[in-house]
Amino acid sequence: MTLFRYGWLSLQSILANKMRSLLTMLGVIIGVAAVLITLGIGAGASASITADIESQGTNLLTVTAMNGANTLTLGDAAMLEDRQLHPEIDSVVPEYTAQAAVAAGENNESAQIVGASPEYAVVRNLEVAQGSFFTAAEVESQATVAVLGATLAQDLFGSSDAVGRQFRIGNQPMTVIGVLKESGGAGFGSNDSRVFAPLSTVQGRLFAAPRYRGDLTLTGLSIAVGDSTLMDTAEKRVEETLRLRHALNADDDNDFSIFNQASLLDIAGSVTTTLSIFFGSIGAVSLLVGGIGIMNIMLVAVTERTKEIGLRRAVGARDRDILLQFLIEALVLCLLGGAIGASISYGLGGLVGLFPAMPFEIIISGEALALALGVSTATGFIFGLYPALRATRLDPIEALRYE
Amino acid sequence: MQALEYPAESANSAAEPGKWVIEAEALSKVYKMGDEEVRALDGISIAIARGEYVAIVGASGSGKSTLMNIIGLLDRPTSGVFRLAGADANSLSRDRMAQLRNREIGFVFQRFNLLPRTSAQRQVEVPLFYAGVTGQPAAARAREALERVGLSKRIHHRPDELSGGQQQRVAIARALVTNPSIILADEPTGALDSKTGAEVMALFDDLNQQGLTLIVVTHDGHVARHASRQITLSDGVVVEDTKAGAQ
Ligand SMILES: Nc1ncnc2c1ncn2[C@@H]1O[C@H](COP(=O)(O)OP(=O)(O)O)[C@@H](O)[C@H]1O
Ligand SMILES: [Mg+2]
Repeated sequence: MTLFRYGWLSLQSILANKMRSLLTMLGVIIGVAAVLITLGIGAGASASITADIESQGTNLLTVTAMNGANTLTLGDAAMLEDRQLHPEIDSVVPEYTAQAAVAAGENNESAQIVGASPEYAVVRNLEVAQGSFFTAAEVESQATVAVLGATLAQDLFGSSDAVGRQFRIGNQPMTVIGVLKESGGAGFGSNDSRVFAPLSTVQGRLFAAPRYRGDLTLTGLSIAVGDSTLMDTAEKRVEETLRLRHALNADDDNDFSIFNQASLLDIAGSVTTTLSIFFGSIGAVSLLVGGIGIMNIMLVAVTERTKEIGLRRAVGARDRDILLQFLIEALVLCLLGGAIGASISYGLGGLVGLFPAMPFEIIISGEALALALGVSTATGFIFGLYPALRATRLDPIEALRYE
Repeated sequence: MQALEYPAESANSAAEPGKWVIEAEALSKVYKMGDEEVRALDGISIAIARGEYVAIVGASGSGKSTLMNIIGLLDRPTSGVFRLAGADANSLSRDRMAQLRNREIGFVFQRFNLLPRTSAQRQVEVPLFYAGVTGQPAAARAREALERVGLSKRIHHRPDELSGGQQQRVAIARALVTNPSIILADEPTGALDSKTGAEVMALFDDLNQQGLTLIVVTHDGHVARHASRQITLSDGVVVEDTKAGAQ
């Protein structure tokens, strides 16, 4: 292949003029590294947000009672769980959450106390690291047992095993029966610093939950929908039922809010797509600037190498020999620059991954790599063509005389 | 990869008329500068035979370089006929002219025109690249040519590591490497001191002994005396054409 000969020729010239070559490549190196790192940050952030949301369950509707409304009750939960009325709903987990002081020996913390049924662990994807979650029987008997988030367990009991130990919520002594696995997710209210206890215990013993039409009130419901494509339907029907049970008139506002995890995923998706496009365009612009840099330095190089061009003409170079030499040199420079830029971004990506404080990784996909190298090759071709044509048009006699 | 990709035609047509490697008939070169015309060459007719050693002399501006450019197929005449190894310059395409420069002509310049930061061997390989010879065969032929000019111990040296005389010998090796019929040298000793200049001229004498045709442009009488024939130009016209033996 003749093209290989020119590739080899350009490599010789690049190696013989390392400094000039490096300066020529600099724009592409920076451009490709910028594109890959920005796209990598976008992809990493997107993956981390999606994982965060998915870890909380994507088929979940969360109903939260309005502050002071005191109308959401176990009766509501029972009605929503009725298969006849709400076939699309799998399970409804009632929840009563309040803030309280927790203490173990010398250690005092303020924490969210989540009172719930045992199914809460299932619909919220809670993983128990030590001990176990509380049971239906413990809910029945208002048992004074609790499961701690990993961080809170650490704060209260240090590194020693918390299971079986005593602590207080307000004045109520409680026994730790389980510790959750660290979730790490910082985004949407971490479970790591919460206390989980039987609903009846939290409603009755810890906080005097108000009653509505005889039923103890709740602060929220977690509703698992069987088929995630029915999320919107389920949301609408839950709203209808609750409005009816809370005796709201047509012009009254809801005294609760419904949060749809699936819609959150959609929003997160569109936000990260926008971010990727934004970062990607910044990178693309820097590649363009890099390309103009290449053209500049190649033009200078053509002038600087006028004598070389004259000599090559004298010893038999044809028009296309000169054209191909300079064009392929620009291409090889861009590809080399692209490869160096890609290595730098992979290196930086790996380095960032070593920092535990980083909330997410830099993910450089094969597509992003192909795109960056493709664009830098195109850059080399487009911005290498003009200098190469200039080189071809030099009059050999003038070129030989050039000093 | 094609080795020596040119058709055999030029070699044949050169062998056919046999004797003349260069033929010029009523050769003119006119430069137009606005309204003014400069007749750099004004009806030159010369013929140079294979194996001749010719010096072209004349005052500055007499047309020596213009003639060399036409002989070297870097330029075309405005009128008249010029043939190199039997090929008519007026009917050659640009590419064909480049091929003939590569195959038939070796250039030696006053300022050597070596590539910067490039080893002697790579310098000499440059013409072979355009003849389609690369890799090991090119390296071997380059070393052979460097040996011919007595530089076999300097093949990895770069121009800044060589003396002026050595640089000019690298340039001569580069001119020789494609086995051309003619060496064209424009003031080959102009940038050298008299001692190294004499060494280069001795090398030229050797090459001529080996049968190469040499055409040397010079204003230096010592250099001109090495040649067996001296063509004197003045205002684009041949005013004297003498063979050494004829005086
Ligand atoms: N490219 C050109 N354009 C216009 N005039 C030129 C050009 N090249 C040479 N000349 C003119 O042609 C004449 C011969 O020049 P040249 O062949 O360089 O002479 P020499 O080499 O003997 O000094 C001079 O008058 C010079 O000014
Ligand atoms: Mg001159």
